[in-house]
Amino acid sequence: MSVDLSTKYLGMTLRNPLAVSACSSLTGELDKLRRLEDAGASMAVLPSLFEEQIEHEEVEIARLYDFQTESFAESLTHFPELQAHSTGPTDYLDHLRAAKQAVSIPVIGSLNGSSEGGWIRYAKLIEEAGADALELNIYFVPTNPLMTSLDVEQRYIDLVAAVRKSVSIPLAVKIGPNFTSLPHFAQRLIEAGANGLVLFNRYLEADIDLDQLQFKPDLVLSNRHEARVPIRWIAILRDVLPQTSFAATSGVHRMQGIVKLLLAGADVTMMASILLIKGPEFLATLLDDVRTWMEENEYDSVEQLKGSMSRRNCPDPSALERANYMQALTTYTSDHYQP
Amino acid sequence: MTSQKFVTVDGNEAAAYVAHQTNEVIAIYPITPASPMGELSDAWSSQGRKNIFGVVPDVIEMQSEGGAAGAAHGALQAGALTTTFTASQGLLLMIPNMYKIAGELTPTVFHISARTIATHALSIFGDHSDVMAVRQTGWAMLASNYVQEAQDLALIAHAATLKARIPFVHFFDGFRTSHEVNKIEQLSADDIRSMIDERLVREHRARAMDPDRPVLRGSAQNPDVFFQAREAANPFYDAVPRIVQEEMDKFAALFGRQYRLFEYVGAADADRVVVMMGSGVGAAEEAAEALNRRGEKVGVLKVRLYRPFDGEAFVAALPKSARQIAVLDRTKEPGSLGEPLYQDVVTALVQSWAGVQGDRVAMPRVLGGRYGLSSKEFTPAMAARVFDELKADRPKRQFTIGIIDDVTHLSLKWDEEFSTEPADVTRAVFYGLGSDGTVGASKNSVKIIGESTPLYAQGYFVYDSKKACSVTVSHVRFSPRPINSTYLIDRAGFVACHQPQFLDRIDMLRVANPGATFLLNSAYGPDEVWDQLPREVQQEMIDKRLKFFVIDAYKVAHETKMGVRINTIMQTCFFALANILPRDEAIDRIKGSIRKTYGRRGEAVLERNFAAVDASLAGLHEVTVPKAATSKTNRLPPVAPGGSDFVQRVTSALLAGRGDLLPVSALPVDGTFPTGTAKVEKRSIAHEIPIWDEKICIQCGLCALVCPHAAIRSKAYPAASLSGKPKEFVSVPWKGDDLPNHLMTIQVAPDDCTGCGVCVDVCPAKSKEVVKHKAINMEPKLDHLDREQANFAYFLQLPELDRSRLKVETVKGSQLLEPLFEFSGACAGCGETPYLKLMSQLFGDRALIGNATGCSSIYGGNLPTTPYTTNADGRGPAWNNSLFEDNAEFGLGLRLAVDQKREYAAYLLRQVAAQVGETLVDEILTASQHDEDAIRTQRQRVAELRKRLADCDACEAEKLAQIADVFVKRSVWIVGGDGWAFDIGFGGLDHVLTTGRDVNILVLDTGVYSNTGGQASKSTPRSAVAKFAAAGKASRRKDLGMLAVSYGNAYVAQIAMGSHPAQSIRAFIEAESYRGPSLILAYSHCIAHGINMTTAMTHQKDAVQSGFWPLYRYDPRLARKGERPFHLDSRKPKMTFEQFAMQEARFSMLARSDPEHAKHLFALAQADIDDQWHYYEQMAGVERAIRDDFEEVEV
Repeated sequence: MSVDLSTKYLGMTLRNPLAVSACSSLTGELDKLRRLEDAGASMAVLPSLFEEQIEHEEVEIARLYDFQTESFAESLTHFPELQAHSTGPTDYLDHLRAAKQAVSIPVIGSLNGSSEGGWIRYAKLIEEAGADALELNIYFVPTNPLMTSLDVEQRYIDLVAAVRKSVSIPLAVKIGPNFTSLPHFAQRLIEAGANGLVLFNRYLEADIDLDQLQFKPDLVLSNRHEARVPIRWIAILRDVLPQTSFAATSGVHRMQGIVKLLLAGADVTMMASILLIKGPEFLATLLDDVRTWMEENEYDSVEQLKGSMSRRNCPDPSALERANYMQALTTYTSDHYQP
Repeated sequence: MTSQKFVTVDGNEAAAYVAHQTNEVIAIYPITPASPMGELSDAWSSQGRKNIFGVVPDVIEMQSEGGAAGAAHGALQAGALTTTFTASQGLLLMIPNMYKIAGELTPTVFHISARTIATHALSIFGDHSDVMAVRQTGWAMLASNYVQEAQDLALIAHAATLKARIPFVHFFDGFRTSHEVNKIEQLSADDIRSMIDERLVREHRARAMDPDRPVLRGSAQNPDVFFQAREAANPFYDAVPRIVQEEMDKFAALFGRQYRLFEYVGAADADRVVVMMGSGVGAAEEAAEALNRRGEKVGVLKVRLYRPFDGEAFVAALPKSARQIAVLDRTKEPGSLGEPLYQDVVTALVQSWAGVQGDRVAMPRVLGGRYGLSSKEFTPAMAARVFDELKADRPKRQFTIGIIDDVTHLSLKWDEEFSTEPADVTRAVFYGLGSDGTVGASKNSVKIIGESTPLYAQGYFVYDSKKACSVTVSHVRFSPRPINSTYLIDRAGFVACHQPQFLDRIDMLRVANPGATFLLNSAYGPDEVWDQLPREVQQEMIDKRLKFFVIDAYKVAHETKMGVRINTIMQTCFFALANILPRDEAIDRIKGSIRKTYGRRGEAVLERNFAAVDASLAGLHEVTVPKAATSKTNRLPPVAPGGSDFVQRVTSALLAGRGDLLPVSALPVDGTFPTGTAKVEKRSIAHEIPIWDEKICIQCGLCALVCPHAAIRSKAYPAASLSGKPKEFVSVPWKGDDLPNHLMTIQVAPDDCTGCGVCVDVCPAKSKEVVKHKAINMEPKLDHLDREQANFAYFLQLPELDRSRLKVETVKGSQLLEPLFEFSGACAGCGETPYLKLMSQLFGDRALIGNATGCSSIYGGNLPTTPYTTNADGRGPAWNNSLFEDNAEFGLGLRLAVDQKREYAAYLLRQVAAQVGETLVDEILTASQHDEDAIRTQRQRVAELRKRLADCDACEAEKLAQIADVFVKRSVWIVGGDGWAFDIGFGGLDHVLTTGRDVNILVLDTGVYSNTGGQASKSTPRSAVAKFAAAGKASRRKDLGMLAVSYGNAYVAQIAMGSHPAQSIRAFIEAESYRGPSLILAYSHCIAHGINMTTAMTHQKDAVQSGFWPLYRYDPRLARKGERPFHLDSRKPKMTFEQFAMQEARFSMLARSDPEHAKHLFALAQADIDDQWHYYEQMAGVERAIRDDFEEVEV
C-alpha cells in the first residue's frame, strides 16, 4: 500500500511533511542543502537575515575605516580599502539565489528585522531574490515595565501588517510560546496578513560564565521532549484557525514526534538539531519511519492524519487544557487508590 | 586628442596614476610621504586595473628601499618597464643601484615625494635634501611644482626616458604637493598611450637580458678602459634636454598644457629674478605678480629639468634685462660655497651668459638663499622680501628666508602684512580632531566643489605630532581659477572650530579676516555660548566684527547615531554659511558625496549620515556678538608655570603652536633635548578616567602594568610618610608581608590619561554585589578632575621605595617601580608602550636606548615633548634614534662604547688603586650587580670612589671621575618594530645576535608597519589583510625567534603581556641579566589589526590560546647547565585559529571580501600553527650543549 505523504503548507504542495528549519549549518550551506533535498526534505527555511546584525556590521566596518583615519600625517589610513567586501544583505540574497538554483524544493527566506523600514526593505529584497515564501522570525524581549502585553503584541501585528503590504509571497510568522492568550494573538496575526504560523521559536538563552561572571551566548540543541509544547498549541490552534498553515518546530527528533505533531494538526514539521547531530541523511531515515508507521497503522495520506487529534478531534480534550502536573497526579491516584 | 575629465586628487595619486599605467613591474617599500603611491598602485593592481599595455602591473613589496631599487634594477635589465616610489632615507638607500641603472643607460622613472633627510633630527616633511643627494648619480631630474604637474611631468618623464635611455627622478615636494588635494585635468589611458612610443618600448625590451641573445653587463673594468667607457655615454646626456623639451612640446600639442625646461614668468623686462623649483614657485609667482602690479619689474624662473642642467637653455630663459638673481634652494649643504641650485646657476651664467646674451650685456649678480626646510612655510610675503633684498645696495650674498636667525644673522625679515590672496577666492580653515572626521569632510568639500562645479578647489591638511586625539587643521580654497597658492591660509573668510576645548589653547581666530564667519561646535546654545568663551576669543570676535554661528554637533551626531563623527554635520553647516552653492544644491551634493564615500559601507551607514545632514541646519544658530568682552576666563597657558627654562622658552612655544617664531638661538645646535617633558603637556583628552575603588582592589598591579601611558600608577609608601594629604586622597594597607606598615594607593593621572579603558578591562577584582563594578571603573572625568589632580600631585611627591626592597619579578612588585616612560602621544590603548614602560621601570635608570624609526621613535622622540623621563636622582633612559635600517648596529655601537669606556675606567681605577684603596677597587671591579640590591651597593661604591678621587692628586683621578659612573651596570636596549627587525634591519639584527655582545633587542611586534599606516611586513601573519597584502598575506610569518635560537648563544623570548604578564616580566629580567645578546618578541596589538583597543590586552589571551602566538623563553644559561634551554610558557592550543582570527578585522575582512580565499588561507594558517606548535613542543624537549663564549669577554 502506498501512502500519500504530500501536504500543503502556505498554499504550496510539499512532497512530505519533513522540512528543515532555519539553521546556518544546514540550510546556510549549499552542499548540505543539496544533501537534505536528496534525503527527502520537502522544504528548507534559510537561516534568518538579521537586520540588527547587518546594521551592526555595516556600522562597525565604517568605524574600522574611520578609526584614527586622517589623524596622523604618516598614516592617514590603516587598512586597505577592500573593493569587494560584502555589506548589507548581499551575502544573504546571493545565498538565497544560489539555493534556488541548487535545489528544486521550496526555499523559504527568513527575516529578523529591527526597524519597520528594515522589515519592509529586506522582505522585498528576499521576495525579489526568489524566495517561495517568507518566514518572519520575530524576537522581542521586553524589559520595560511600562510596556504592556498588548503593546508587545501590537508590535508584532504592526510588523506583520507592514510586511504583508509590501510582499505578495506567502508569509509565515515564527513566534515563541510565551503569550498570555495564544489563540487570540494567533488569530490577530492571521488577520494582519500572515498565511501561516511557525510554532515555536527557540530563543538563544544566554548562560552565565562562572569564571568570568559574564553572560555568554550558548547554543543548546533542542531535545525531543520540547515537541510537547507545539503539540499542545497546534492541537488547540488547528481548530481555531482551520485555514491557517501550521509548521511545528522545536524537538522534532524522532518519527514519533513528527507523527504526533501531524496528529495535532501541523501541516509540516521542521527540524534542525537532530540533523546537526546525525547529519542531513538522517532525514531519510525519519521519512522512512513515518511512512512505515503510517503503513502499519493503515493511514492513506498525511492529509488524513493531519489534525485527527486536534483539540476538537481528540478523545479527551481536557487533558490538553490541564497542566502536566495535574495530569500526572490524577493518573497516580487513580491507579493506586484503594478505597 | 584632449581629455576634459577633472578630478580632485593629491600629488601622490596624480603621479602614481601615470606610473601604474606606464609600468609593468612596481617594486615598493613604505616611506612617508611617498607611501600612498605604493599603496594606490598595490590597490589598483589587486583590483585588476590594467596598464596601457593591457596587463595588470606586478606590484611587489620589498624589505627596504635598497631592495626595491635592486628589484627594479633586475626587472629593468630583464626588459620590464619598471618603477618605484620613495623619499628621503629611502632614496639614499637606492643610490648604489641608481648609479648602476644610469651607468647601463636604462630607461625608468622613480617618483619621489621629496622629503627632508634626517640630520640632527628626523623630519617627515618636505624639502629637497633627498633629491639633491642623488643629483650626482647620472639620473635626469624633473621637478613638478603642483599637483597637475605631478601627473603631467610624470608622463613626460616616462616618455622622455624611453627616448633618452637616461633614467629619470621625477620629484615633487613632500606633503605640500604629495598630500595637497587639488582639481586637475586627468589624462585618460588613451592620452597616456599617445605619449608612449611603442617602438621605444620594444627597443627597451630588445636590450633585455635574454639567453636567446646573450650579453654580459655589469662587468668589472680596469684602468685601461673604465674612464673611456664612462665618457662613452656623454651623447645620451647631451640629448636629454632636447628630448625632454620635445616631449613637453608634444604634450602641449596634445593636451594644451605647455611646459619648458626653464620657464620664466613675470615682467618681460624684469631687472630682478628669483630662480627656484618645487612648490615654492606658487608663492613666488603670486608675489611677482603683485609686485609687478605695483610697478616693479620682477620675475620667477621655474626650473623643471634640473639634471642634466642645460646652461644655455637656462640663460636663454632669463630676460636679458635681469640684473639681480636670487636662487632659492630648499636644502642645506653645510660647508659648501652655496646650495646646489645656486651653484648650478652661477656656473651656468659663467659658462653661457656671454654666448647666449652677448658680451655687451652684463652678467647678473647672484644671491643664494635657503628656504622651506622640512616644509617650513614659504609665502608670497617671503618671496617679496627676497625680491626686495635684490634691490639692496649691499644684499646678503647668502641668506635664509622663513626663519629668524639671531645667531649667524643670515635671515631676512619679511613683512607679514604682505598678502596676495585675491578677494574672489573662498578661504576656509577648519580646526578638528583626527577622530571627528574633519579632514575627511574637508577633502569631501574640495571634491564636491572641484568635481561638480566650474570652480577650482584646493585642500591642504596639517596634523600634529600625536597619534591619540591629534589636532588637525584643514586649509581649503575655492577659486574661479586654478589654485597654485602653495602655502597655508592666514586670511580666512570662514573659520570653523569643531572642538570647543581648542579655544582654550589655540588662537585660531588669528587667521580670521575682519568680517569673517566663525562656526563653533558647542554644547552651549546661542544664548549661553558667549559666556563660555575665553576673554581673548571674545575680544578678537569683537575686534574683527566676526559673524558667529553655533551648533551642538555632538547632540546631532548622537541623535542620528553618528557617535563622535561630526564631519558631515559641520560640513553641512559650512556649505549653508559659505554661500558657495545654493543651500539645497549643496545638501544634494553633500549627500551625493556621502553616497560615493560611504556607499560601500552599506545602507545603515548612509542613512545615518543622511539623517545627520538633514538634522544639521535645524541646530545651526547665529549668535549676536556683544559689544564688550565679558568672560572671566582666559586662554590656558601651554604649560603650567615652573619647569625648566628650556621648557618655558622652547617647549612651551612648540605646544602653543608658536614654534615657527622661535629664533635660531632657541634651538639646540646638535639636536640634544632634555627628557621628562611629556609631563608638562597635560593634554587632558580623556572623557572618562579610571577611578579606584580601594574596597575591592586586590592590589594585583595589572592596571598599572598594562596602562599604555603610565597614567594609572601603583605606589607603596611607609604609613608615616602620609602627612598633609588632600582630604580625599585614598590609602589602604599594603597587602603582603614584604612591606610591613606600608600603605598603598592606585592613582590616576587625570590630565594624562587617554581614557582607553584597558586598565578597567584587565582588572580582575569585581564587586560581590554588583558584578560590573570593578576595583577601577571608567567615570566621567569632569566629575573627578579637581580631586584627582590634587591627588595625583600629592601621589607624585610621596617617596619612591628603595628598589632593592621590591619583588620586581612579580606584577605587583614591578608596578611599584617608578615608570621612566610616561604620557606618550601613542594611540589610546597602544599595545607597544606598556612594554617600554615596563622596561623603563625595571632598567630605565641605567638604560641606553637605540630606537629604530617607527611608531616607537615617533611617540618616543617626536617634538614637542618626550615621554622618557628621569627619577628623583636625575637618572633615566638616554635615548636616540639613528635610522630605520641600522638600529641593531647603532645599538651595538652603544654597547661597544660602554664596554670600552668601562675598560678604560677599569684601567684608570687600577692606576689609582693605591690611593683610593685596593678593597674598594676590587669590589668595584668584581661586583656582580645581579639585582637591585647589588646595583645599589655598586652605586654607593662609585659614590665613595668619587669622594676619594676628589682627594687624589694622581693625574688619572680626574679622568676617572668623569667616567666612573660606567662601573654601574649599563643596560643597552635596541628597540623597534617588526618592519625594522624582520625586514629592513634584519641583516644588522642578525649580525648583532652573532657578536655575543650584551645587548637587549626588544621587538614591538604589531605584524605591520604601523607608523606608516599598516603595510605588510614579514611578521604579518598569513591570511591577514594589510596594505600591500590586500588579498591577505599569502606567506607564513617569519619565525624570527627560532632563527635567533639557532645561534644557540642568544637569549630569546616571545611574550604577550595581556596573556601572561608574569612571563613578560620574567623574560625582561632574564634577557637583561644575560650577558650576551637577547631578543624579546613582544606581541603588540595595534589599531591596524582592526580590534577594539579597550579589550585588546585581554584579547591577547586568545592569541596565545589559539597557538597563534606561543609564549616561550630560550635561555642559553640553562643549556650550559645541562638543562633544556627552550621553555614553552603557553599551553597547547585550545581554540582554533579561525575562532581567534574572526575577532580581528585584519582577518575577518578577508572572509567578507573573498570567503573562498579566506577559507584557504585560514586553513593554511591553522596548519602553520599546528606545525609550529609541534616543532616547539619538540624544541622544549631538546637538550643542547652551549659553550659559554662570553667567559672571555666578561670583565
